[in-house]
Amino acid sequence: MPSITKPLIPLAPLAKNDLGLTIRDYEGAMSTLCAGCGHDSITAAITHTFWELSTPPHMIAKLSGIGCSSKTPTYFVRGAHGFNSAHGRMATIATGAAAANRELTYIGVSGDGDSLSIGIGHLAHAIRRNVKMVYVIENNGVYGLTKGQLSASADIGTRPKKGDANVVAPIDPIMLGLAMGATFLARSFSGDKEQLIPILKAAVAHNGLALIDVISPCVTFNDHEGSTKSYRFMREHEVKEVLTDFVPEREEINVAIGGPETRSVTMHDGSVITFRSVPEGYDPTNRISVEEYIRDHQRLGEVVTGLLYLDESAPSMHEINHTPVEGLNKLPFEALCPGSAVLEDLMADFR
Amino acid sequence: MTIDAAPTVRVNDFAVKLANVNGTGSASANSLLMQAIFRMGIPVSGKNLFPSNIQGLPTWYEIRVNKDGHTARALEYDLMVAMNAQTYAEDIAAVRSGGYLLFDSSWPLDDDLVRDDVTFLGVPLARMCLENFKKPRERILMKNIAYAGAIVALLGIDVELVRSLLAETFARNEALRESNQRALQLGYDFAVATFDCPLPFRVEAMDATKDSILIDGNTATALGALYAGATVAGWYPITPATAVMDNFTRLCATYRREVIPGEHDGDAPTVRNNYIILQAEDEIAAIGMVLGAGWSGARSFTSTSGPGISLMNELLGLAYYTEIPAVIVDVQRTGPSTGMPTRTQQADILLCAYASHGDTKHILTFPANPAECFEFAVTSFDLAERFQTPVFMLLDLDIGMNDWVVPKFTWDDSFVPDRGRILTDEDLAGMKEFYRYANADAEHVAARTVPGSDSKGAYFIRGSGHDMFGRYTENPDEYQEVVDRLKLKHASAASHVPAPVVISRPGAHVGIITLGSCDLAVREAIDELAERGLAADFMRVRGFPFVSDVRAFVEGHEHCFVVEQNRDGQLRSLISIETGVPIESMHSILAYGGFPLSAAQVVDGVLGHGNIEQLED
Repeated sequence: MPSITKPLIPLAPLAKNDLGLTIRDYEGAMSTLCAGCGHDSITAAITHTFWELSTPPHMIAKLSGIGCSSKTPTYFVRGAHGFNSAHGRMATIATGAAAANRELTYIGVSGDGDSLSIGIGHLAHAIRRNVKMVYVIENNGVYGLTKGQLSASADIGTRPKKGDANVVAPIDPIMLGLAMGATFLARSFSGDKEQLIPILKAAVAHNGLALIDVISPCVTFNDHEGSTKSYRFMREHEVKEVLTDFVPEREEINVAIGGPETRSVTMHDGSVITFRSVPEGYDPTNRISVEEYIRDHQRLGEVVTGLLYLDESAPSMHEINHTPVEGLNKLPFEALCPGSAVLEDLMADFR
Repeated sequence: MTIDAAPTVRVNDFAVKLANVNGTGSASANSLLMQAIFRMGIPVSGKNLFPSNIQGLPTWYEIRVNKDGHTARALEYDLMVAMNAQTYAEDIAAVRSGGYLLFDSSWPLDDDLVRDDVTFLGVPLARMCLENFKKPRERILMKNIAYAGAIVALLGIDVELVRSLLAETFARNEALRESNQRALQLGYDFAVATFDCPLPFRVEAMDATKDSILIDGNTATALGALYAGATVAGWYPITPATAVMDNFTRLCATYRREVIPGEHDGDAPTVRNNYIILQAEDEIAAIGMVLGAGWSGARSFTSTSGPGISLMNELLGLAYYTEIPAVIVDVQRTGPSTGMPTRTQQADILLCAYASHGDTKHILTFPANPAECFEFAVTSFDLAERFQTPVFMLLDLDIGMNDWVVPKFTWDDSFVPDRGRILTDEDLAGMKEFYRYANADAEHVAARTVPGSDSKGAYFIRGSGHDMFGRYTENPDEYQEVVDRLKLKHASAASHVPAPVVISRPGAHVGIITLGSCDLAVREAIDELAERGLAADFMRVRGFPFVSDVRAFVEGHEHCFVVEQNRDGQLRSLISIETGVPIESMHSILAYGGFPLSAAQVVDGVLGHGNIEQLED
C-alpha cells in the first residue's frame, strides 16, 4: 500500500510565507502513529517552524533512526530530502551529510531508545564535533514499536504496562549534553507548541548542534499512573521558567532586551534569542549554574523546560575543519585532482 | 659438515633475515638497506614481520633480492642478522646450511647455539657504540646503523649510495646525520677489516628499477583516493589500515589546502580545506559518515580492517539496499576476532562479498601490490558511483604495510571520473515526475538526486521495504521487484571491475587461480613448476562479481588450484557459489599462518596433490 497522503486542497485561503508557500507546503504524509501521540504535536511544531522561517523545503534534510519518533520525518516537509537510517545511527549519517554539504538545514528526529541506548555514543560524539544540525529527541520513556519496554530515560519507579517498576538510573540527555560540551540544550513538552516553536527556530539558527529534548507522552504504553512521561505528570510537574523569544535576523528587534529578568544572545546568522523570566542565579550561558539549577529542580520532582543552555561562540565542525562554504560536494574534479605533473614530482619521494 | 672452500658466487639472488627487538630503532636501518639495493637497480622486497606491541618483543625483517623479480617471501635465508638474544635459537636454526650469521660479539655466544654448517660473523656492535657514542639513546640506536654498515660491506652494497641516503634522510638534522654516518662507517670498517668481503652471495648494480618506486600499499591507496577526488573520509584507527588515513591526511594538507590571501586566524593565515577527515567514535560511525556524504554527492571513503568490517555490517546493508555509493578499504589482517593484528591474511573475502544481513552482494576489487592500490582506488570510486553501492577494496597487511618495488604511477590528465546517474535541477525540470528507483538503465541503475536538488527530486531514503518508486511497502511483488533488480545490477558490474590477469603456457593441464598479494609467489611457483616439467596456467582475479572467464578457466583445466591466504578456501567457495562450478573441481592451496606467501608453499601444494606427478614430463 502506498503511504497515506493528505489532500492538498485548502478549505480556506491560507497565509503565505516569504516564499509564497502555505503551511500545507510544509506538511508531509498523514501520520500513522497512535491517535493522541505526543510526536504528532512535535511534527506540527516542526512544520510551523520551517514555514514561519520560510526555509526553502529543498534546502532541508530530515533524518532519523528507527522507532516511532523516527517515522515522523515522513510527516513533515514533503519537499525536503529525507533519510530514515538504521537504529541509533542517524547522527553518523547526518554528520557525513553535513560534512559534504554545509548549505542545507539538517534536522534529525530521534527517540529515547534511538539516542540514549543504541545510539548514545553517536549522539555524544556528534555533540562534541558540534555538527550544525537540529537534533530532536522525542522522549517518551518507552519503546513503542516493540510494545512498551522501558527505555534508558525512564525514571526510577516508572512502571511499564507489564512487569516491574524501573530501578536503574535514567539518562537525562540535557545532563549528557552538558558533560559532552554541547552548545545548545533545550527541553520542552510536546503539548506546548508556544514554547517549542521559538526553541526550534533558535535551534535552526544555532551554529552547531542544537539538542532539544521534548517530553512526548506515549498514549498507548506510557501515559498511565506512575509514569513520569505522561501528559498528567508533565502538566503537574513542568517548571517553565526559562522562556525564550526568537527574533529572526531580518526582522526588526522590538522585544525588550535587557532588564533584570531578560538576557539576549545574538546568533551566528544575526538573529537574536531573548531569554525572559530567567530565575535569579540562572545564567543560560554558564554550564555550571545550568547544571545546578536543573539538578535542584530534579530533586523536587520537577522538570525544567525552556532553552536551558547556549554557547554561540564555539566553532562548528566546519569551522574546526576549515571547509569551503559552498560545500565539498560542489567542488569540481579539477579542483580536487592534483594532476600528472604533481604526481611525477611526487614519485621522487618514493625512490 | 665443512664449508665449501670456494663457494660459487651468486649475484643478486639471496635472502637476508634480520632479527630485532621492536622499539629499538631497527626499522630505519633495515629499510635503509632495502632502499639502497633498490637504488642500485636490483629487484628487492622487504617484509616486516612484527608483533602487536610497541617495545620489547621480537620482530623480523626479511630482504629478498632477486634479479628475475621473484621477490615473494623466501623461506631460506643466506644471511641472518641475529640482534635479539631472546630468539637466537630459532634464528640460528633458520639459516640455510652453508649460510652466514651476523651477531653482536660484545658478549660471547653460547656454545650450544653454534652450528658448524653456518659461518658466524661476530661484530662487537654494543662495544663499538659504547666507545664511540656518549648519549645512552644513541648507544642503542646506533647499533642498528652499525650492523647496517657491516652488511653493506658483506653484501657489496654501494657504500657511497648509503651515505647519500643517510644524508637525504637527515638533511635537516646535522647531529643525527653525523652520528649515523659515523655508525655506518664503524660497522663497515670492521667488516672490511675482519671478514672476506663481499660474501659469495652479493649485489651488483643492475638497471631494473630505474622506472620504479618503493612504496607501501596504504600510501598508494591514499594517493589513489586523493587523485580520485575523495573529499570526505570517516575512519577509526586500526592496524594495519591506520596509515591509509595518516597518508590521506598528509597528502590533503599539501594538495587540498588553500591559503586565503590577506586573511588571518589569529597569527596563522586563514586556510580553506577542500576535504574533511573525521576520526569517528567507532567504525559504525565511520561508515555512517561515509554514507551521509555519499548520499550528498561527495566522494567518500573509509579504511579499516576485518574487525571494522564486522562492525560496519548493519550500515553496509543499508547502503546496498538504499543504493548509496561508498568506498571501503579493507587492509586485511589475521582473524577471527582480534586475531593477530600485525599478521597478514586474506580472510575477509566472503565477509565483504556478502556483508550485512539479508540478501546482499557487493562489488570487490583485489589489488596485488601498491601500483594496483593506486589504480584500483580510483576504479573503486568510479564503480561505487556508477553502481550506487558500496565497493570494497581488499588489501592485506603485506600489501598495505610493506614497501614494494612497483612501476612509477602515472596519471592521465584527460581522466573524467564516472559520477554515475545524478539528476540536475535542469534534468528534473524536464521530467514529469521523479521516482528514486524507477527507470533503471540497461545496467539496472536508476538515476538519483542529491540533497539540495529541487523539491521535485526530493524523496525519502528508507532501509525498510520499498517499491520501485521509493515508497514504503510490505507487498511481496513490489519488494521483490527491487531486490531482483539489485541482483541484476550487481551482475552488471562484472565487466567493469578490473579484469583477471591470465598467463597461459602451451599444453598446460593445470590451472592456478589466485588473488591479491599471492601474485608474486604464485608466478614464481609456476616458473619453478615449469622448470620441473609441469606447465601451469595462471589466473589472478582482480574483481568481484566474476566475469565468465573465471568459470571458463576452471572448466578448461583438468586440475585447477586456488591459492589464497585463509583457512577455508574463501575464494574457491565464492567462485563455486557465484559461477556454479562444482567446488570439488578446484583444489585449495592455503597458507594462513599470518606470514606472506612463499613460492615453495605453492609448489609443494601442487606437487603434493595426487594425480599431478603423472602430468610431469
